[in-house]
Amino acid sequence: MIPAAFEYVRAGSAAEAVGLVGEFGEDAKLLAGGHSLLPLMKLRLASPSVLVDIGRVRDLSYVRDEGDHVAVGALTRHMDVQLSGVLLEHVPLLAYAAGFVGDPQVRHRGTIGGSIAHADPASDLPAVTLALGASYVLQGPLGVRVVPAAEFFKGFLTSVLEPDEVLVEVRVPKMGGAGWGFEKFTRRAQDWAMVGVAAWCRGSESGVALVNMGSTPVLASSVMVALGDGAGVVDAAELAVAEADPQADLNASVEYRTHLAKVLVRRALQTAQTPHTKP
Amino acid sequence: MTVTEQAPSTDPVSGATVGRVIGQRLLRREDPALLTGEAKFTNDLAIPGALRLALVRSPYAHARILSIDTSAAVAMPGVVAVYTATDLASLWAAPMPCAWAVTADMKNPAHYPLTSTKACYVGDGVACVLATSEAAARDAAEAVQVEYEPLDAVVDPEAALRDEVVIHDELGTNKSYTWDLKVEGHPGQVDEAFAAAAYTVSERYVQQRLLPMAMEPRAVAAVPQPFGGDITLYSSTQVPHILKVMTAITLGIPEQQVRVIAPAVGGGFGSKLDVYAEELLCVALSRKHGVPVRWNEERTENAHATVHGRAQVQHIELAADASGKLTAVRVRLIGDMGAYLQLVTPGIPILGAFLYAGVYDLPQAYDFSCTGVFTTMTPTDAYRGAGRPEATYAIERSMDAMAAKVGVDPMELRRRNYIGKEQYPYTAFSGLTYDSGDHLAAAEMAAEMADYPGVRARQVTQNVAGAPKRLGIGVSSYFEMCGLAPSRVLASLNYSAGGWESATVRVLPTNKIQVVTGTSPHGQGHETSWSMIVADKMGVSPEDVVVLHSDTAIAPLGLDTYGSRSLPVGGVAIAMACDKVIDKARKIAAHQMECAEEDLDFADGSFSVKGTPERAMPFAAIAFEAFTAHNLPDGLEPNLEAQVTYDPPNFSWPFGTHICVVEVDTETGQVEVLKYVAVDDCGVQVNPLIVEGQVHGGVIQGLSQALFEEAVYDTDGNLKTTTLAEYLVPAACDVPSLTLGHTVTPSPTNQLGVKGVGEAGTIGATPAVMNAVVDALSGLGVTNVQMPASPHNVWRTLQSVSAEGGSR
Repeated sequence: MIPAAFEYVRAGSAAEAVGLVGEFGEDAKLLAGGHSLLPLMKLRLASPSVLVDIGRVRDLSYVRDEGDHVAVGALTRHMDVQLSGVLLEHVPLLAYAAGFVGDPQVRHRGTIGGSIAHADPASDLPAVTLALGASYVLQGPLGVRVVPAAEFFKGFLTSVLEPDEVLVEVRVPKMGGAGWGFEKFTRRAQDWAMVGVAAWCRGSESGVALVNMGSTPVLASSVMVALGDGAGVVDAAELAVAEADPQADLNASVEYRTHLAKVLVRRALQTAQTPHTKP
Repeated sequence: MTVTEQAPSTDPVSGATVGRVIGQRLLRREDPALLTGEAKFTNDLAIPGALRLALVRSPYAHARILSIDTSAAVAMPGVVAVYTATDLASLWAAPMPCAWAVTADMKNPAHYPLTSTKACYVGDGVACVLATSEAAARDAAEAVQVEYEPLDAVVDPEAALRDEVVIHDELGTNKSYTWDLKVEGHPGQVDEAFAAAAYTVSERYVQQRLLPMAMEPRAVAAVPQPFGGDITLYSSTQVPHILKVMTAITLGIPEQQVRVIAPAVGGGFGSKLDVYAEELLCVALSRKHGVPVRWNEERTENAHATVHGRAQVQHIELAADASGKLTAVRVRLIGDMGAYLQLVTPGIPILGAFLYAGVYDLPQAYDFSCTGVFTTMTPTDAYRGAGRPEATYAIERSMDAMAAKVGVDPMELRRRNYIGKEQYPYTAFSGLTYDSGDHLAAAEMAAEMADYPGVRARQVTQNVAGAPKRLGIGVSSYFEMCGLAPSRVLASLNYSAGGWESATVRVLPTNKIQVVTGTSPHGQGHETSWSMIVADKMGVSPEDVVVLHSDTAIAPLGLDTYGSRSLPVGGVAIAMACDKVIDKARKIAAHQMECAEEDLDFADGSFSVKGTPERAMPFAAIAFEAFTAHNLPDGLEPNLEAQVTYDPPNFSWPFGTHICVVEVDTETGQVEVLKYVAVDDCGVQVNPLIVEGQVHGGVIQGLSQALFEEAVYDTDGNLKTTTLAEYLVPAACDVPSLTLGHTVTPSPTNQLGVKGVGEAGTIGATPAVMNAVVDALSGLGVTNVQMPASPHNVWRTLQSVSAEGGSR
């Protein structure tokens, strides 16, 4: 529970943070809410030599209505995402799912940008934003680039984020009244999902993504295509794992995880297609 | 002046006399300091100049140690010394203690704080570092280079008995002992009963390993005193007195030079009822270096280095006559000892040996045998209930199996078998006397609170073919068998110590009262409860009573806190010491009021002359007279103080019935507890609020074994559940609200009528939950679910019965 020794520097702005991680290179890690990185460091599974703390960069904490989408600052705490009036109105799936991240303490410290940048396939918000067709704004020494969620995640805890880049904003399309469902299957409320499903549908359009069903968050494209082709929910859900690559762990075998994904995709879609009810 | 001659009424909840301090729901006086962080735990103590200890632990379950290179570690900043077992061999006068040789031929490998030639579990200490800071010590521990030759792990206790891989070469076998308890009215009665039985069941249950997970991991600080070689050992322990004796013996230090203090202790659940390597290392190295040495356990280290619990394979067979009445019980147990025998490791299964007939009226036809076996995993030892939850689980699960065989409702089968209220005191098959009980009353109260018939009716409509959620209800009736213990009974079990407890009650000049107890609380609220007992006896306010404990210099006599013994042994000792003080005070009162002792009544803190209550003398005045000693009876010593050592005549026998209602999602395997009813009878309740707290914690811990917790090892002997992310201790939102009820059957063996309650919830809960889970799925052909009944385990069970075509 004592991390290896490290240097600590605090950045006052996103630009300063970009400069600092550029200076220290691969040995540096950005520290936001600290609820993904610090546990790894305490177990000595991660030993960065420099921590660049961006936790006090206030201008990265916001939720803004940008017309066709909602812009969420990377340092917005889960609790603020959960309670945001703008998100509750325009992207209720994201607000709802944020309420299931960890426990209240985690939600008061952890940030949406930190959770996504960490690229843990077992985290909720990467898959939720993936299902919603979000894109992420990455700021680097040469400026910003905008990467669709579907192109961001590359493997377990890895993404296209360069060592000298900072994820500064999450852009989420408005849901336009789409029905939605979110299923998070856990042994305990505070746990990572054994399997999670975020889903929405509006007419022939839909978005379905899976938590903890592979080395990255998984977009269940086959389910979405089937729904677009007019398949029923029960049949479409049978395709839940077509893009997935589930692994076994202490809580679930591959077979059980596969089974759960199908059941939970079906349930999430049933909720999404049930008019006028929210979970 | 009031004289209360009218018959006192009894409070229906606590069983205590109305108007007395005993029976009131007083808030715990311990809590403000604990809740505000003011309480000091061992690792909070400021100890100037202390060196920090860190252990180098084996990453292998079973490996020969080929070489150890400490040179890099020694060279690191802040490092004072690095030691291997060889370096420290001369410091030990004896191996680490096992105080319970259950059989004369029990095999017990020599176990030292550091192992020298072989590591026998992941976490076994192979070297240690002393450094000026904890970070420096831990960094250096990582730099110690140990060359191992890995050997095959032994993680299946049944396979271990085949001795294909022998862990302790010098023993030549993995079997530690076999302990038998066969009781028959006439030779052959058990076999005859099974041959003649109308119904038999034969069940196999696996008690998974559990991690005790006290909220405070262990911590130790050994502080040499300025003069004469004395040493003070601070430890997060349940057993400062036992630790003092064992430290003296193991290190060859004269006992009078060792003082053990347990500061605030954040829970133990039995895991701190032990003598650990780190305690002995801190003492030995602080003496060697002449400076304080301290050690603090990390959570992951705690998972490896603190004893585990349960870990048994149980085979139980029941025989019953045509009415379902039990006629014989046969049990074959395999107890997984882990790699070594810790303080009471081999005795844990034996503590349950008398309870495999549960609360049922069984003839003398009982055949129990337990084999203890070594494996390459962390040693097991006491964990809340220690043998009794396992026994209760086996009998209560197999009673449900028997009910299915007989074709009667599980509650009805229990009714036919309960020991009747009129049979008490009841001499059991084993020769033990159960002091009091009314099992039927507790069961009927629980059934009513759980709406048992209503749930059974709902099952008929809900549990139809294809139902996505099935309803189940489970019952468990239990004995706690606690108040450890009559010393002579412990002697008959080959336990090395007695079971008495000591108390001193001392009246200070201003009528404040000091109580010195040999119990050692670590969350139980003894300061509150003991002050209530004294207040009740002496007619003072609880605030006027201070309770001193957990320091062997202040409370030199004691046998500490475990096995729900503190109240029925230690609390009763305090009441008896109060009686002695009152008797002495009576002599002074009689002398000063010029009357005979027998003419005095003592009530509400005042002595008064019978028939003339206006002639009275308050206790406070007598206390001051005893202090000044100006006018005492001839030959009477000054001061009011009494010491009592109480050896209980019997165990105490709390009992009760728990009922659990669950709904099982047959698609996902998820179990949801809809209702949990616990009716417990712990005799008279000193403080019902504390009783409820104990039942809450106990039930959740038992439910947690049923649904959440498991120490998982892989086949290489690696513990996979080493953090609270993998080892699933539930949080408040993950467990149901509990519905509690109580019956009160005062213990006839002690003056307070108390029985103890620390383990009752844990003992009752696990089988109640699992019976409910199996009941929910019984219509699908399920007869057993392996604990914990995780979604995965439930799903797998459903898959296997549907593959077998078991649906009906």
